[in-house]
Amino acid sequence: MRYWSLLFLVTAALCVGSFVYAMFDPNWWLLHNVSVRSPLHFGAEIDRLTMLVLAITGAVFVLTMLALSWALWKYPASPGRVAQYSHGNHKLEIVWTLIPAVILVFLAFYQMGSWADIKFRSRRPKSAPLAQVTGRQFNWLVRYPGVDGKFGTTDDLHVINNLHIVKDQAVLIDLKSQDVLHSFFLPQIRLKQDAVPGMTIPVWFDVDTPGTYELVCAELCGWGHYKMRGLLTVHETQAEFNEWMTSALAEQNQTQPAGATAPDAQASDPATTATDPASSTVERS
Amino acid sequence: MSKKKSPASNSGPESIDLVATSHAPADPVSPGAAPTHQDHAHDHHEHPGPTNFLTRYVFATDHKVIGIQFLVSGLIFFIVGGLLALAVRWQLAWPWTRIPVLSSMMESQWQTKGQMPPEFYNKLFTMHASVMIFFVVIPILTGAFGNYLIPLMIGARDMAFPKLNMLSYWFMWPAFIVMLVSFTVPGGAAEAGWTAYPPLSVFRHSTPGSLNGQTLWLMGVLFAGVSSIMGSINYITTVLTLRAPGMKMFRMPMTVWSMFITALLQAFALPVLTSAIIMQLLDRTIGTNFFIPVGASVANEPGPVGGGQPLLFQHLFWFYSHPAVYIMILPAMGMVSDILSTFSRKPLFGYKPMVFAMAAIALLGFLVWGHHMFQSGMNPLLGATFMLSTMVIALPSAIKTFNWIGTLWGGSIQFTAAMLFATGFVAMFVIGGLSGIFMAATPIDIHIHDTYFIVGHLHYVLFGGSSFAIFAGLYYWFPKIFGRMLDERLGKIHFLLTFISFNCTFFLMHIIGLRGHPRRVANPYIYQFLDNPGVHFMNEFMTVSALLMGAAQLILIYNVLASLVAGKRAPDNPWRANTLEWATSSPPPHHNFATIPTVYHAAYEYSVPGEAEDFIPQTQPLANLAPSPALATSSHA
Repeated sequence: MRYWSLLFLVTAALCVGSFVYAMFDPNWWLLHNVSVRSPLHFGAEIDRLTMLVLAITGAVFVLTMLALSWALWKYPASPGRVAQYSHGNHKLEIVWTLIPAVILVFLAFYQMGSWADIKFRSRRPKSAPLAQVTGRQFNWLVRYPGVDGKFGTTDDLHVINNLHIVKDQAVLIDLKSQDVLHSFFLPQIRLKQDAVPGMTIPVWFDVDTPGTYELVCAELCGWGHYKMRGLLTVHETQAEFNEWMTSALAEQNQTQPAGATAPDAQASDPATTATDPASSTVERS
Repeated sequence: MSKKKSPASNSGPESIDLVATSHAPADPVSPGAAPTHQDHAHDHHEHPGPTNFLTRYVFATDHKVIGIQFLVSGLIFFIVGGLLALAVRWQLAWPWTRIPVLSSMMESQWQTKGQMPPEFYNKLFTMHASVMIFFVVIPILTGAFGNYLIPLMIGARDMAFPKLNMLSYWFMWPAFIVMLVSFTVPGGAAEAGWTAYPPLSVFRHSTPGSLNGQTLWLMGVLFAGVSSIMGSINYITTVLTLRAPGMKMFRMPMTVWSMFITALLQAFALPVLTSAIIMQLLDRTIGTNFFIPVGASVANEPGPVGGGQPLLFQHLFWFYSHPAVYIMILPAMGMVSDILSTFSRKPLFGYKPMVFAMAAIALLGFLVWGHHMFQSGMNPLLGATFMLSTMVIALPSAIKTFNWIGTLWGGSIQFTAAMLFATGFVAMFVIGGLSGIFMAATPIDIHIHDTYFIVGHLHYVLFGGSSFAIFAGLYYWFPKIFGRMLDERLGKIHFLLTFISFNCTFFLMHIIGLRGHPRRVANPYIYQFLDNPGVHFMNEFMTVSALLMGAAQLILIYNVLASLVAGKRAPDNPWRANTLEWATSSPPPHHNFATIPTVYHAAYEYSVPGEAEDFIPQTQPLANLAPSPALATSSHA
């Protein structure tokens, strides 16, 4: 029954076909990337690498499945047919060890530069952090240092579930958590970093288009994990951002006069952080 | 039976490896399964099995009965785990709608008119994974097939430690019980995922399942782990000391090699998991702080003293659980290798490279755990080295795949149900292996980590891989185990439906994951970028396919039950295969062999030119001057 080989062939074709279809349907495919023309353009870098690996694995997939289907088509049992007697082939073993080895090691080294740019602590922008983002079941608490540029003072601006930044500016965020693990995931920038209680993890990125983008919690954090949705608001200009900050500060002072306890002051003020070895000595030094 | 000598494998007693305990002194001139040795009275003892029902079927020390026990409990939990998965799928396709049966069952408890509460969704995927990994895939592959096949395939009467073997099965029962009971305790079953990351799993008020369910979950995994440790020690000892005369290590079938290497993995990795689990238990119960940092707390409670490190648990957990990934695939690879060779009527292509590839996977398997933690906050420098080791571990898998295709190439392929599932395994493992490269590449992983891409990947390996191999093994060894043939036609229909619905269920997960669909969310449509017709369609399509896949398994259940009662009686060697288990009756007698067989060559002498039959059992010398299979790849290339 050589026709079984068609099942494998058709399945392979449909797998490839579904990827090809997806690329032409914006409802299926990768989200519009908004980290492409900005100076850091991490999103473009990751999409480029994804497409490269997709092309290589796709080619290997097609060739392997063709070989498998061909073998099933060509060599079904039939009366009188005798299988070849072979225990293997040394040269073939060497060939199909070396070629994938070269490809895999190439892929590993080829990706290292991008990985270093996006995550190595030594590559982070030298500017001061724009904001602290702290995960807490099931919200993202955003804290700006305010006029004095220092976190943990009374002029800090507290925002819930909305991180405001300026277009094309490389922003540095201090990522924290007060309770359990969370993960800071911006699908349109292709950026993800877990937030770990007890650690302050620097995260940096930039965005090339003003607008509002969704911030996903990507690490299971409890019963309400699914609704831990935040937003990233990107302003066109610094002036627009300043305007927003002034009005937000004014609003905060109205509802909560300066000096009152901030909503999330418990774990993220410097006094606590200083006793916290992970954040104070490793990350900030 | 010819007595012409084959110089390479049968030139005299010195060519026969006697490292094994010599039940039967080697006698190469009168080989064979037939009880013709009048001089070895020892081997003609009758070995009657226990007659008492309890000692025979319940507290049995016979490896075959224990294997069947693992198989039956594993298949029952397969159904449980599958149903949990269907409820997960239902919620993803049609969030918060009433689920057939489940909603009516839980109505009084949920008090939500049949809507699933979000924490119940978290319980579903947590328990689905835990049941499938700890109660189904590992116990069926190593516990059922390993137990049943190792002594038979190496020509031993039983395991080295039969009582330990019994204990390893009965340690599963406390695990079964606490896991099932955990659904009924206040707060319900665990919901921290099968990875049980602290602090979510440690703070009792972080989520309902962490109140009590998590403690029971930890105890369940602890018992299952202890069971596996006992099994692995037994398998290692058995393979090293109880091989029949002539059964050199490099004459063992791939199934035995894979079980042996898997047992080594378990013996080295499980103690680490056990200690991590105990530390988490202590954190939860007596207030230690292994994993809780300073200043963390939930629900506005005063935090504990702290001083621990959440990432420590992840390191310990993955130091076990990455090797566990291989524990769940290596035995599958071994079984598939044997099945492919049998039904291609062709020697396994590259036997030694296959063995070395497996050993390489096992060794490298201990050096790649960090690839689960690229985005965890672990120093990114480490991510770079783990990326390299992870890329390298893809290599032995690639070698194995090419060798499987090489085995088919030029064969005389018989499309039995077992063969179809084994071929399906190869095809699905190609997809699962290639999709792994995306996650191994750290920059790409930044985007797809914790999305449905990884869910697709792991199901291609664990369902398309391990579970297809379980099905293949079931169709292949069922006649040996139960003495009855399964219905082949039903088996092929089962394969066809399972293969199609499996791909329809899991392939689109890669695409939906690339889009950014996170895993473990009760309602993805909270996010606008997912609340569109494309994502809705894909999720609904996957759910319908999953339901069909579940329904297709009814065919297997029917086939197994009907064949047990009224299947055709199985001959000793229905597939005309070489390995030793086929040299005894179906099912084998209490102590497996009337006479301990003598082994003359490796397991893969199919279609040897000049032989009358296209297979030569390992108990039968080669008639012609065929090259010694053990040396084949070096001398015959």
